[in-house]
Amino acid sequence: MFAKTLRRTLGVFLGALILLGAGNSFAGFSDTLNLREGVTAISNKVHDLHMLIFWICVIACLLVFAVLIYSIFTHRKSKGAVPADFHESTTVEIIWTTIPFLVLVAMAVPATTTLLAIEDTRDSDMSIQITGYQWKWKYDYLDEDISFFSTLATPREQIEGTAEKGEHYLLEVDNPIVVPINKKIRFLITSNDVIHSWWVPDLGWKQDAVPGFINDAWTELSEPGLYRGKCAELCGKDHGFMPIVLVAKTEEDYAAWVAEQKGAAAAAADAATQTLAMDELMSKGEAAYNTNCAACHQANGAGIPGVFPALAGSAIATGEVGAHIDIVVHGKAGTAMQAFGEQLGAVDLAAIITYERNAFGNNTGDMVQPADVVAAK
Amino acid sequence: MSTATTHDEHHDHGAPSGLMRWITTTNHKDIGTLYLWFAFIMLLIGGAMAMVIRAELFQPGLQVVDPHFFNTMTTMHGLIMVFGAIMPGMVGLANWQIPLMIGAPDMALPRMNNWSFWILPFAGTMLLSTLFMEGGGPAFGWTFYAPLSTTFAPASTDFFIFAVHMLGFSSIMGSINIIATVLNMRAPGMTLMKMPLFVWTWFITAFLLIAVMPVLAGAVTMMLTDRNFGTSFFSAAGGGDPVLFQHVFWFFGHPEVYIMILPAFGVISEIIPTFARKKLFGYSSMVYATASIAFLSFIVYAHHMFTTGMPVAGELYFMYATIMIAVPTAVKVFNWTATMWKGSMTFETPMLWAIAFVFLFTIGGFTGLMMGIAPADMQYHDTYFIVAHFHYVLVTGALFAMIGAFYYWMPKWSGHMVSERLGKIHFWWSVISVNVLFFPQHFIGLAGMPRRIPDYSLQFADWNMVSSLGGFAFGLAQVFFLFIIIKTIRGGKAATSQVWEGAHGLEWTVPSPAPYHTFETAPEVR
Repeated sequence: MFAKTLRRTLGVFLGALILLGAGNSFAGFSDTLNLREGVTAISNKVHDLHMLIFWICVIACLLVFAVLIYSIFTHRKSKGAVPADFHESTTVEIIWTTIPFLVLVAMAVPATTTLLAIEDTRDSDMSIQITGYQWKWKYDYLDEDISFFSTLATPREQIEGTAEKGEHYLLEVDNPIVVPINKKIRFLITSNDVIHSWWVPDLGWKQDAVPGFINDAWTELSEPGLYRGKCAELCGKDHGFMPIVLVAKTEEDYAAWVAEQKGAAAAAADAATQTLAMDELMSKGEAAYNTNCAACHQANGAGIPGVFPALAGSAIATGEVGAHIDIVVHGKAGTAMQAFGEQLGAVDLAAIITYERNAFGNNTGDMVQPADVVAAK
Repeated sequence: MSTATTHDEHHDHGAPSGLMRWITTTNHKDIGTLYLWFAFIMLLIGGAMAMVIRAELFQPGLQVVDPHFFNTMTTMHGLIMVFGAIMPGMVGLANWQIPLMIGAPDMALPRMNNWSFWILPFAGTMLLSTLFMEGGGPAFGWTFYAPLSTTFAPASTDFFIFAVHMLGFSSIMGSINIIATVLNMRAPGMTLMKMPLFVWTWFITAFLLIAVMPVLAGAVTMMLTDRNFGTSFFSAAGGGDPVLFQHVFWFFGHPEVYIMILPAFGVISEIIPTFARKKLFGYSSMVYATASIAFLSFIVYAHHMFTTGMPVAGELYFMYATIMIAVPTAVKVFNWTATMWKGSMTFETPMLWAIAFVFLFTIGGFTGLMMGIAPADMQYHDTYFIVAHFHYVLVTGALFAMIGAFYYWMPKWSGHMVSERLGKIHFWWSVISVNVLFFPQHFIGLAGMPRRIPDYSLQFADWNMVSSLGGFAFGLAQVFFLFIIIKTIRGGKAATSQVWEGAHGLEWTVPSPAPYHTFETAPEVR
């Protein structure tokens, strides 16, 4: 009776699983089973090492399970088994202490060589500094004087379920980190606030970004391509929403990209001298606010009580303009409020501050121009 | 023995009744029961939080909770399960069983025993009350890494710090009590090397607790002064180091892992010989393996920190030391296997849980070994592979051992046999659903899903849905367990004093249910 019930329950459960699989197509199940081989020599080494220790563990596990299962089915009282009386055998115990030890040594040898290779950051061709922020990444090309922020590009509507999710949901950014192939690139990784961890699985490692300290890591890619990753260390509310996109380009394409970046920086400096109309400031401001500020202060300016202050009716957003510009540009030390002066252009900053002073029922009527922001920097 | 005399005098007052019985009790059995109920209630509360987590992760996108509350849930789930469910549950088993197993009339320090317990509900309430404070509860993970837990944490964190201090007091007092009991209260003839393995594992665990709980207290005190009194232990801006926090935390945290699993090893080493009707294969090697694991646990802790930027020499050392733990752990698994080999096994409910423990803990142990390999851990670290690993050792390890212990000793505690039919339904329901819950997490972890995220990219959707379904089924199974517990307390087939055919040991020489006072005259052990 009981066995029958159990079998029926199991049947229903397995049936549900199969239906679920069919509904989603099996690809989703089988594509996400194992570590990625990755695209660098290091990531291949790590993958091989993983497979080696995986199979050693599987074989050892199956040997133990085989003995257990044989014993469970044979040495049972219902089959008339009579308990033997053996216990304490020094020989057996020495054997089963030595064998695992030797297996461990066999695993430690390739592990050591791989680890030494991962940690060898000498003789690099170029350096990129990576700085973690709540919740975005900043990339500084130390040899090129290029510096930019990289933020989640997935629209809020997809996250909240009011729009269909795109193929690269939560794995897309506005400005990817771009690197040349066939160069040993050294990454200098640090953080501006809490601990983050920079992880692109295809490179084969992750490295923590610790505020006040610089960790290093390296990679060398041989094929152009686009690789996606994520922050791996819990860093607060939007930890799940700070992806990484790395684009590897050929040497010529990379040089063209560098030139383009330098041109864009000059254009941004020019834009800072213009004067904008109120509705232009407000529409630019709303878009930039939603990308950069809404994660904490919320799209409606209400904040999260006790964690992130509200802007609606706040003393700063409705008080003196200079103090408002100051906190946005320079941040507030010791809190999650970052210094946005180094993250955003003067136009975006002016638009955001104008928007904050006139949205959410603040209605101060104040207008802030890019020149005001530049003066405060 | 003077303890025995005072206890006899105490006996004259008669058992108090009503609520005051439970508040003023110094009886190890009452206090054991209180600990076990506390642990079970916390298991259900922590489990409810896990249901919130699995509901949010059922599909990609944000549906149920906002990310800040999600982080609060993962944090509180971990804290409640570790400090509220597993640790007090093991102490409850120790309180009930250690005096019964070594032939002592009670714990050595009964009044302190009362205090150790009664701190817990207050600490637990304080921790849970943070959920209702402005800014929400702790949202920085149960490992509370600085500076997320210092500069960037909500105001309620100070309540969390105080709760951790109180939990620490409770654990330290409980451990002192266990050590004093084991060293002073053993029946004549019960030498250390004749003690049941459960007593041995708890004895060693108690030393671990006394060694590391003050370290945890140090870590949270440094957090407290960093937050409120202008120090900079964990802030580079003031000359401190955020990674220092991780060193201090894991110096506590790694032995803590063994604090949760060693008593479970003890339980399994009691159950398997009983139902295999055969002595434990290598008693002394089990004792030595337990002691080696305890020792090694102090010198491997930084394997939790391979990606923090340690020097390569440090990484190599911690890798070698870590994988060494596989040796004594393997000795334990081999011993259980050899005990079952050529036994005469029957499969009552406690044995089923013990066998499931051996299989599933072994899986968790092997994934642990894989993580010990530092270069591979550069990929595994902070992914669902880790989540799968520690749930295999803590849920199908520590928790399964505790549930097995319940089925094994409940007839002695209540005088009623637990229904085999209901127990087996509970077992199969749990063991299937727990694997549906946690096994797929190995896959999504290897494929690249980080832990502690409320939303994920689309390639992880299918396995997350499977995992959530398993989670809901496993959660429901433990509500069914509550029904079994209440049903058994209220009635059931009367248990003999022997209870199980193959059972050996002093606890099986007293009647079932065990009388309020046992071993008032010490038994003789030969």
